[in-house]
Amino acid sequence: MYEFFTTTNLGIALLITGQVLLIVVPLLVALAFLLWADRKVWAAVQLRKGPNVVGAFGLLQSFADFIKYVVKEIVVPAGADKFVFFLAPLLSLVLALVAWAVIPFNEGWVLADINVAILFIFAVSSLEVYGVIMGGWASNSKYPFLGSLRSAAQMISYEVSIGLIIIGVIISTGSMNLTAIVNAQAGAGLLSWYWLPHFPMVFLFIISAMAETNRPPFDLPEAESELVAGYQVEYSSTPFLLYMIGEYVAITLMTALITLLFFGGWLSPIPGLADGIHWMFLKMGFFWFLFMMTKAVVPRYRYDQLMRIGWKVFLPLSLAWVVLVAFFAQYGAFWGTYARWTTGG
Amino acid sequence: MTAFDLQAILPELLLAVFAMFALLAAVYTGKDKATPLVTWATAGVMLALALFIGLGEAVNGRAFGGLLFEDAYGRFAQVGILVAAAAVLLAGQDTLVRRGLGRFEYPLLIALATVGMMIMVSAGDLMTLYMGLELQSLALYVVAAMRRDGVKSTEAGMKYFILGALSSGLLLYGASLTYGYAGTTGFDGILAAASGGEMGLGLLFGLTFVVAGLAFKVSAVPFHMWTPDVYEGAPTPVTAFFATAPKLAAMALFGRVLFDAFGQAVGDWSQIIALMAVLSMFLGAVAAIGQRDIKRLMAYSSISHMGFALIGLAAGSQYGVQAMLVYMAIYLTMNVGTFAFIMSMERDGKPVTEIAALHQYAKGEPVKALAMLVLLFSLAGVPPMVGFFGKLYVLGAAVQADMTLLAVAGVVASVIGAFYYLRIVYYMYFGEAEERVETPMSPAAWVMLMGAAAAMLLGVINLFGVEGAAAQAAAALVN
Amino acid sequence: MTVAGFAFYVFALTVLVGGLFTVVSRNPVHAVLWLITAFIGATGLFVLLGAEFIAMLLMIVYVGAVAVLFLFVVMMLDVDFAELRAGMAKYLPIALLIGVILLVELGMILGTWVTADGVEMLAAPVAGEVQNTAALGMVIYTDYILLFQLAGLVLLVAMIGAIVLTMRHRRDIKRQNVVEQMHRDPKAAIRMIDVKPGQGL
Repeated sequence: MYEFFTTTNLGIALLITGQVLLIVVPLLVALAFLLWADRKVWAAVQLRKGPNVVGAFGLLQSFADFIKYVVKEIVVPAGADKFVFFLAPLLSLVLALVAWAVIPFNEGWVLADINVAILFIFAVSSLEVYGVIMGGWASNSKYPFLGSLRSAAQMISYEVSIGLIIIGVIISTGSMNLTAIVNAQAGAGLLSWYWLPHFPMVFLFIISAMAETNRPPFDLPEAESELVAGYQVEYSSTPFLLYMIGEYVAITLMTALITLLFFGGWLSPIPGLADGIHWMFLKMGFFWFLFMMTKAVVPRYRYDQLMRIGWKVFLPLSLAWVVLVAFFAQYGAFWGTYARWTTGG
Repeated sequence: MTAFDLQAILPELLLAVFAMFALLAAVYTGKDKATPLVTWATAGVMLALALFIGLGEAVNGRAFGGLLFEDAYGRFAQVGILVAAAAVLLAGQDTLVRRGLGRFEYPLLIALATVGMMIMVSAGDLMTLYMGLELQSLALYVVAAMRRDGVKSTEAGMKYFILGALSSGLLLYGASLTYGYAGTTGFDGILAAASGGEMGLGLLFGLTFVVAGLAFKVSAVPFHMWTPDVYEGAPTPVTAFFATAPKLAAMALFGRVLFDAFGQAVGDWSQIIALMAVLSMFLGAVAAIGQRDIKRLMAYSSISHMGFALIGLAAGSQYGVQAMLVYMAIYLTMNVGTFAFIMSMERDGKPVTEIAALHQYAKGEPVKALAMLVLLFSLAGVPPMVGFFGKLYVLGAAVQADMTLLAVAGVVASVIGAFYYLRIVYYMYFGEAEERVETPMSPAAWVMLMGAAAAMLLGVINLFGVEGAAAQAAAALVN
Repeated sequence: MTVAGFAFYVFALTVLVGGLFTVVSRNPVHAVLWLITAFIGATGLFVLLGAEFIAMLLMIVYVGAVAVLFLFVVMMLDVDFAELRAGMAKYLPIALLIGVILLVELGMILGTWVTADGVEMLAAPVAGEVQNTAALGMVIYTDYILLFQLAGLVLLVAMIGAIVLTMRHRRDIKRQNVVEQMHRDPKAAIRMIDVKPGQGL
């Protein structure tokens, strides 16, 4: 049996399919509850009850929504480019899911353990722009188009600083493999994770992640009050659902990335306690909660302010940080904290 | 990076660093108000570097693992480029400001272009060659379109850019073929692969395309089409720059590639170069006759002059290279002076470039007219001006290399070309009475004009020692 | 067929089909999207070659940045491709002629293919412990540092050029000064005026 799955073509294909399902299905199920939690937290902040009708505490609300979306009629605007119109949301979702291929959940628990994992994620997330642009354009209407231009510009802008921040981490680790990055953070628990040496960059990364995934307070693409849901205006029913799921998957991916890059992935915060996948999920959950609270608490940015922050504040800061880290790593400053490949950490 | 690498790249490095700092300084302080200061500082740095390179301790060798050659040939060209660039900057500074083009980026773009040119002439690898060439060209495209509200200037920039990109494409194609067949991009390796006098077909293809790409940059026929339009459209001080330093750089690069990379196959490229030389000389001479615009005329004049310089290369000998270098040095001096004059031509504060405007000019400004007379005679190659000796030099090289026909063609083209230079002189002295052109000059431009004219007369004695340096440079290249 | 072989044909076909439709698409936006498809196919080919770093860069730079700009421009410019294509029939013979000549030339070159010694060795990546990201880094920052820095200068010139040619300082618009705005407080913004009855301000 083992032979079959590791040597024959069919076996390998089945094995990989199985692994993919093992990642995607729990992810999507978890997403249903994350959506619910998002709404609950938001409601709690505003002293509302939130979804509480379907299932106990409204737990099944997301599933009800799902059914509602699926059985509704799909409306295609006149003059829309049908193929691109339907391709765009699909692309959004698929790309958001593809990036999970290289995310390790625990030591060795990863679908594709490739050398350039982080570049892969970066590449895939840079493709996500297309879902937005194509959707906006294919709708053949000026509001979605405007919205898509704005959000594409926003995503590209923040990608730059995300990339630069990641470079700092890569320099410190000497590898682009996510497992290697997590393992480089092992040692004195909480204190040896990258959030400490890369302290200012953690905030930049989290903020950039919010902007990159169009999360409030940077949700200008969908700004309900201004753009009537930006590039998604003309979408309804299942295609809209795909967009929505894609977006939430992307956010979850960002929480996973924050966890892996700066908070030690599956490593335990207290030396002595066993490492394990639960830490990974706990940390991801914590950052999800952070995202939810930000959405509820912080007012939306204006577009020019968003661009200004991206290009005039984050970009120079992260660039300077890369230079600084490079020097620290080269000269082994702070007991080799910035050059983990030399200390064997 | 070793100490030698650093030493080899030091002048370029200093100039580039200066340009960056000056850029920051100017952006954060006076912006365009700082232009005169930045211009003078740039020219000063360039001249200081020229002195440093020319008088400094000479070290020869290969830097950066063969990416860069450090030798007398490169140094000769670098000094020429630096001095020419500085001279044109100083001469054009006042004019640019008066025409409302006194952007502080201009001298810095010129400085960066100069860095590119310095890299070009000492390139030891096709990759270095390309990077240097692109650095130079990109800066030049921008300054060509500097008067961004003017249709002609924009057209000049656009044309230059598109044709330049095309020529870069040709060059790259040739370089990739060369790389494919030689297995290396280093000149030493290519030289070894092409040794034995017998080049493979692939290398020959590569060589041809590289030559075509470079011919674009020196504006040799049949790759000259961009020259008149760009010369005419660009602001005159920019045209002056185009006509001087980049020409020397491209020509020196030509020599570098032909001798350092394909030096074993002189027979293969000599005929290509000779053909281009003849075509350039004749087309430059004949097409200039019909021109009414002095900038277009100078464009054709420079095409023709490039033809003469190419004769030196076509000879394929050490003496030929020496002749080419001397010719280029003389050409630069003449053009700096001539353009210092053309820049200043205006009427009621508006630039004038018609040749007809020069009628009777000598009556009002006898001194400047005399200087122009000397320069134009020299450009035409009338003895006893220095220009004549330059021509004599390259023709001599051709004769020496048993290319008598080429030399004869050169003489004929020179006679045809003399006509249009002398016509300007005729207009200045004996033209019909007309509204005269004014030529207000800044002291710097005046010095350039007079200095160039004086050099054309006094240089007869010993060419200011350029000959010796050129001989050294040629020896370094050919051997 | 091995998995790698199968993947090769899939990616190669993607590149070819993408390239073909880039040329023949009637809609310019579709043409760009097909171009992107071709890029992605090329990425896959690079991965198969074992050049994963180049593959990812291709994706990030070409697909993620350059092609997005293309798309922006094409969407906004409203290029009428039908009009551009109007002369196509007229020039088709010339184009075909050039195509045939190029093909023949390529054939000729292929026929007389002579390579210098040791070229084959260069074509294959060096197998070993060094990952190609690290290998590239080592080459770029040591042997080719000069070229790398020169490339930087070229980009600097391009940037200066873009600014020189396009930036205009407009003096008649309001600009936002964030620091100033944040230091604005009631004391600076509000003036209390005691208005006497019947007098007004």
